[in-house]
Amino acid sequence: MSATTAAGAAARARRPVPPEIRRRRLLLSVANHSVAIALSIAFLLPFLFILATSLMTNQQALSPNIWPHPFVWSNYKTVFESFPFVRYTLNTVTYAGLATVGVLLSCVPVAYALSRLQWRGRQAAFILVLSTLMLPPQVTIVPLYVIFVRLGWIGSLKPLIIPLFFGDAFTIFLLRQFFMTIPQELSDAARVDGASELQILLRVIVPLAKPALAAVALFQFLYSWNDFFSPLLYAGNNPDSWTLAVALQQFTTLSRGVLWNLQMAASLLFMLPVIVIFFFAQKVFVEGVTLTGVKG
Amino acid sequence: MATTAERPAAALEQASTAARRRRRRRAARHRQLVALAFMSPWIIGFCAFYVYPMISSLYFSFTKYDILSQPKWVGLANYRFMFTSDPLFWVAIRNTLWIIAIMVPLQVLFGIVTATVLTRIKRGLPFYRTVFFLPTMVPLVAAALGFIYILNPAGPVNRVLGVLHLPEPLWFVDPRWTKPGLTLIGLWGIGQVMIIFLASLLDVPRQLYEAAELEGARPWQQFRYVTLPMISPVIFFSVLIGMIQGFQYFTQAFVVSKAGDRTNEVGYPQDSLLFYTSRLYQQGFEGFHMGYAAAMSWVMFVVIMACTVVLIRSSRRWVHYQGGFR
Repeated sequence: MSATTAAGAAARARRPVPPEIRRRRLLLSVANHSVAIALSIAFLLPFLFILATSLMTNQQALSPNIWPHPFVWSNYKTVFESFPFVRYTLNTVTYAGLATVGVLLSCVPVAYALSRLQWRGRQAAFILVLSTLMLPPQVTIVPLYVIFVRLGWIGSLKPLIIPLFFGDAFTIFLLRQFFMTIPQELSDAARVDGASELQILLRVIVPLAKPALAAVALFQFLYSWNDFFSPLLYAGNNPDSWTLAVALQQFTTLSRGVLWNLQMAASLLFMLPVIVIFFFAQKVFVEGVTLTGVKG
Repeated sequence: MATTAERPAAALEQASTAARRRRRRRAARHRQLVALAFMSPWIIGFCAFYVYPMISSLYFSFTKYDILSQPKWVGLANYRFMFTSDPLFWVAIRNTLWIIAIMVPLQVLFGIVTATVLTRIKRGLPFYRTVFFLPTMVPLVAAALGFIYILNPAGPVNRVLGVLHLPEPLWFVDPRWTKPGLTLIGLWGIGQVMIIFLASLLDVPRQLYEAAELEGARPWQQFRYVTLPMISPVIFFSVLIGMIQGFQYFTQAFVVSKAGDRTNEVGYPQDSLLFYTSRLYQQGFEGFHMGYAAAMSWVMFVVIMACTVVLIRSSRRWVHYQGGFR
């Protein structure tokens, strides 16, 4: 507090700010903050409505009351008891976890070859990777569905997980961008010492790229956690394989009258891990988005 | 290396260069093999999940195929049906265009506005940024379910509108209001676009504004002639991505339709939420008209490619790259 007033005093001593300009600045700052606060309320209100509804009785959820009275905390217990919420959570964790492992295992060597090895066809391969990044998944789903039917994988999580063990364009792209920034001298030094490329990748590059690997793992985990289209398509016919996203959607059509209080409680439980992860790793998201946006 | 080495006898030199060349060629071949080994997961994936499906999808698009029986060659019948007889194809196209032409630009605009607000905040920036970004993290299914409740005809939003004596639309029940309802979900989840714009806005050199101010440019003129050109590459990027994602628009519409409808039909109410991908899903995976779905996916591919080319061509006129980078 004293430091800021001292700095302010010093500034004033150097160049006195005319009172009308100071007043205009203050008004402008008040105006900016009011806009920002109004926007914040607009962004946060949906969360509050969902939270409030999740604590209501079902009659209240359909009545014009905005505030729950009484608070029905047992809704959250009911969610676990009235449908196999644990099973869906396990399916979702399986999908997201194995997808993350697959993407890391397959994309690290590919990104390494595309960024730190000199070979013929590298540029062409990179352009192909980028073009698959642009390709909407809808373009290939019909034949893929047919393949997965033939393999007997429909109704399981396999069609969602196994393809990710064979590379993912977005992850390859991000990792390549990061690997490019690691100084070439480090690899050269290791090569002089007689290290093979695999050793260089595992002993030099991977330890240096830990933040990028963490970011990529996080992105994939959340993407799979939130994913709806693929799980619906490949696992939708078998309730035992439903992920949370599919299960939550299916319950709106299965039950005649939707129980909004339970639906909101389940939705909140579904988004909770994501939001917790976001608060712990906010920097990764903000930087990751900026990186992909500006580079793309 | 060769220039600094001392010169031995001519014959010896010849032998050694040949040996060196051979060694170098062997090293190059080794490097090539190592690189291919590292690339192998992607090469397998690319062939199995892109090349083969693209080709077989093209083949299926000329057939009648329901998975159970063998595909039957029908020539261009699927395409002809799509463009001339399928009543819902053009409905799906019109709805998808609505998303691309109205929702995506609104999202970009709202992203610029929220990012601009953030650049003017001196204290509390991390707090506001977190709040604005948070909805982006919410899974689409959960966001859609939340908004179905919030926008239900007797829901909280309409109660607020009622208190203010504003019209209370029926949102996801009234075909005219379903897409504006989805647009609200889209604007709520603006975080990613906003973060990209924020980074780009903060990258604009301060001197440009100072120079503009000296020239007597008013705030709007500064935005129009300094800010807008400087952030135009990001605008281009978000319009391009928005366009590609617009064709894939599915999850929110699917969740909203199915929750509102008793006959369990994609696109409820009155096909106002039938988008391109919804139609493809309905045809391929509810009706098992795999040939028709494959034709739809190829049309989608060609249209997206064409739009991308057009957008990139047009960008030469309105996107300003610093330092002439293309």
